[in-house]
Amino acid sequence: MEDASQAGLDIVVLVKHVPDAQFDRHISGEDRTTVREESILSELDEYALEAALQIVEAHGGEAAGHRVTAVTMGPPAAASAVKKALQIGAHAGVHLSDEALAGSDAAGTSRALAAVVRHLGAVDLVLTGMASTDGETSLVPAQLAERLDLPQVTFASSLEVQQQDGSWSLTARRDGDVYSETVEATLPAVVSVTDQINEPRYPNFKGIMAAKKKPLTTLSLEDVGVDASEVGLAGAWTRVLTADPRPPRSQGTIISDEGDAGIRIVDFLAAQKLL
Amino acid sequence: MATVLVLIDQPGEGLHKSHRELLTIASGLGGAAVAFLGDLNEAVAQELGARGVRTIYRPSSADVGEFLVAGKAAFLAATVRASSPSAVLLGNSFEAKEIAARAGVQLTSGVITDAVAIGEDFSVTKSVLAGSYAVEAKVITGTPLITVKANTVDVAPAGDGGAPEVVTVDSAMPARAARITGRTAKAASGRPELTEARVIVAGGRGVDGDFTPVEELADALGGAVGASRAATDAGWIEHSAQIGQTGKTVSPQLYISAGISGAIQQKAGMQTAKVIIAVNKDADSPVFEIADFGVVGDLFKVLPQATAEIIKRRS
Ligand SMILES: Cc1cc2nc3c(=O)[nH]c(=O)nc-3n(C[C@H](O)[C@H](O)[C@H](O)COP(=O)(O)OP(=O)(O)OC[C@H]3O[C@@H](n4cnc5c(N)ncnc54)[C@H](O)[C@@H]3O)c2cc1C
Ligand SMILES: Nc1ncnc2c1ncn2[C@@H]1O[C@H](COP(=O)(O)O)[C@@H](O)[C@H]1O
Repeated sequence: MEDASQAGLDIVVLVKHVPDAQFDRHISGEDRTTVREESILSELDEYALEAALQIVEAHGGEAAGHRVTAVTMGPPAAASAVKKALQIGAHAGVHLSDEALAGSDAAGTSRALAAVVRHLGAVDLVLTGMASTDGETSLVPAQLAERLDLPQVTFASSLEVQQQDGSWSLTARRDGDVYSETVEATLPAVVSVTDQINEPRYPNFKGIMAAKKKPLTTLSLEDVGVDASEVGLAGAWTRVLTADPRPPRSQGTIISDEGDAGIRIVDFLAAQKLL
Repeated sequence: MATVLVLIDQPGEGLHKSHRELLTIASGLGGAAVAFLGDLNEAVAQELGARGVRTIYRPSSADVGEFLVAGKAAFLAATVRASSPSAVLLGNSFEAKEIAARAGVQLTSGVITDAVAIGEDFSVTKSVLAGSYAVEAKVITGTPLITVKANTVDVAPAGDGGAPEVVTVDSAMPARAARITGRTAKAASGRPELTEARVIVAGGRGVDGDFTPVEELADALGGAVGASRAATDAGWIEHSAQIGQTGKTVSPQLYISAGISGAIQQKAGMQTAKVIIAVNKDADSPVFEIADFGVVGDLFKVLPQATAEIIKRRS
């Protein structure tokens, strides 16, 4: 392992390949897992990637030795999430792909991703989205911090890293309902960011061309030292027993305002016993 | 008898409705014990006793909350080890989910979030994929850690149990954790908490900077004020009012949507509301596809008229 502080910041961004919410999404099969056709790089992970790129740019760029590695875990098609991240600006990509990973819950996902981070060596910062847009649990970042024994800074709506006397630290803001909090931690750390933190950039032509030359490494469970029994359906600590599509909400009465619509709303509320 | 441990985190002066809901569920599943974070005043301790809680577990160190999540999670895990409950129930806030997430890793226990119902065998009903599927899921390893959405049960009336026993639990302070170094309190609106509210009136880009008609209707109905991301991004209202995929998920009795188009990310947060009313100028807005009662019209005319009519009928 190199000395991270001298070699510049090594930032890992976790990007998930998720079904596009613009289309109908489905659960199917005996194991009731999500159908992964029409999938994209999770929109919420674009904020994490943007945050990583901004940190690198604020501290002298790639030339200063900083590096952003996009990491995904998922079936072969998930490589496209990493490719998109490379087009947007990540410097290298890693794809953990293994049949045994199918059906992983948050516990299995965090176990496998923690192993990838360890495999990569001296990582200074692990950045994630606030939630995956399919699983929507927000469990993975906190479990990663627990497994890696690193400070957890989650739901950051602003993030800055500073270097002082050769060591890096971060300051973030977390907006809750009752308080807005300032949070400080030393690096390395795990940070999840919200969609309030920045405006993600789009890949441009130059980025798309450059991405073709960037390294994309595919790893198996064996490569990262995780046993197949610890992940996937076999290692899951939770199980989905049934999954039923909800009948779509049916449309009710739609009226055009003819000057009395406010009163008709109140009539409707009274009829529904909601007043 | 099975004991279900309920995590109560920082209730402030008194228990919240969502805490009472968790205690109601826990009592129904056997009996409730409480892992308590924050100041435990006499009134709260008494109410917990009246709600059937025999034991309250508290951290031995007062500053577990100064370390982001890690300290609270270590306390919860230690309490589970000390008391061996059959399950743990938490609220559904981001922080509660994270406390469960980390305690789950420490205890080798599965976590299920967003529960709307819990069976006697601790199987959980929840919706996934922005409300398009209802699933039943179960923790199959360890002590089930379940985060429960607000508004899923009616609060049972309190009985007259005695004061609970208070037990102190030691837990190691995390060696590597982020520290909370500053806290700015947000102005209280005086309106109900969004996730707990029975009625929500929400405004979007259509309010064009002026939330007054939305707020006045909410106040006439005793409801909370919500917003689309377009409205919070524009800075017309606090981000904490945002409803949707990256804001709050709500299931009120009544949701009135005004000047909101109804994008998938907005629907993800509100389509499990019992009754939805939509007011929008554009008849083609997707919000009308899920509205029980829709008005194609100008919110600046329709909302004030409804507010005035409610006040008139009440007097
Ligand atoms: C990753 C991601 C996460 C997101 N998360 C969320 C989220 O959590 N919550 C959320 O809401 N959005 C979220 N969004 C944004 C979402 O996609 C929409 O852009 C947003 O909901 C639009 O807000 P709106 O309906 O207020 O605005 P618009 O779509 O612009 O609609 C405004 C509506 O107001 C109507 N209108 C205008 N004037 C009047 C008037 N005088 N009277 C009546 N009607 C009027 C118009 O006809 C129009 O339908 C997210 C997007 C992304 C990419
Ligand atoms: N399979 C995965 N591959 C890469 N990153 C992931 C994966 N699953 C979750 N993550 C990361 O963890 C965050 C939270 O996911 P979740 O806990 O599933 O809501 C996401 O925004 C990603 O950054």
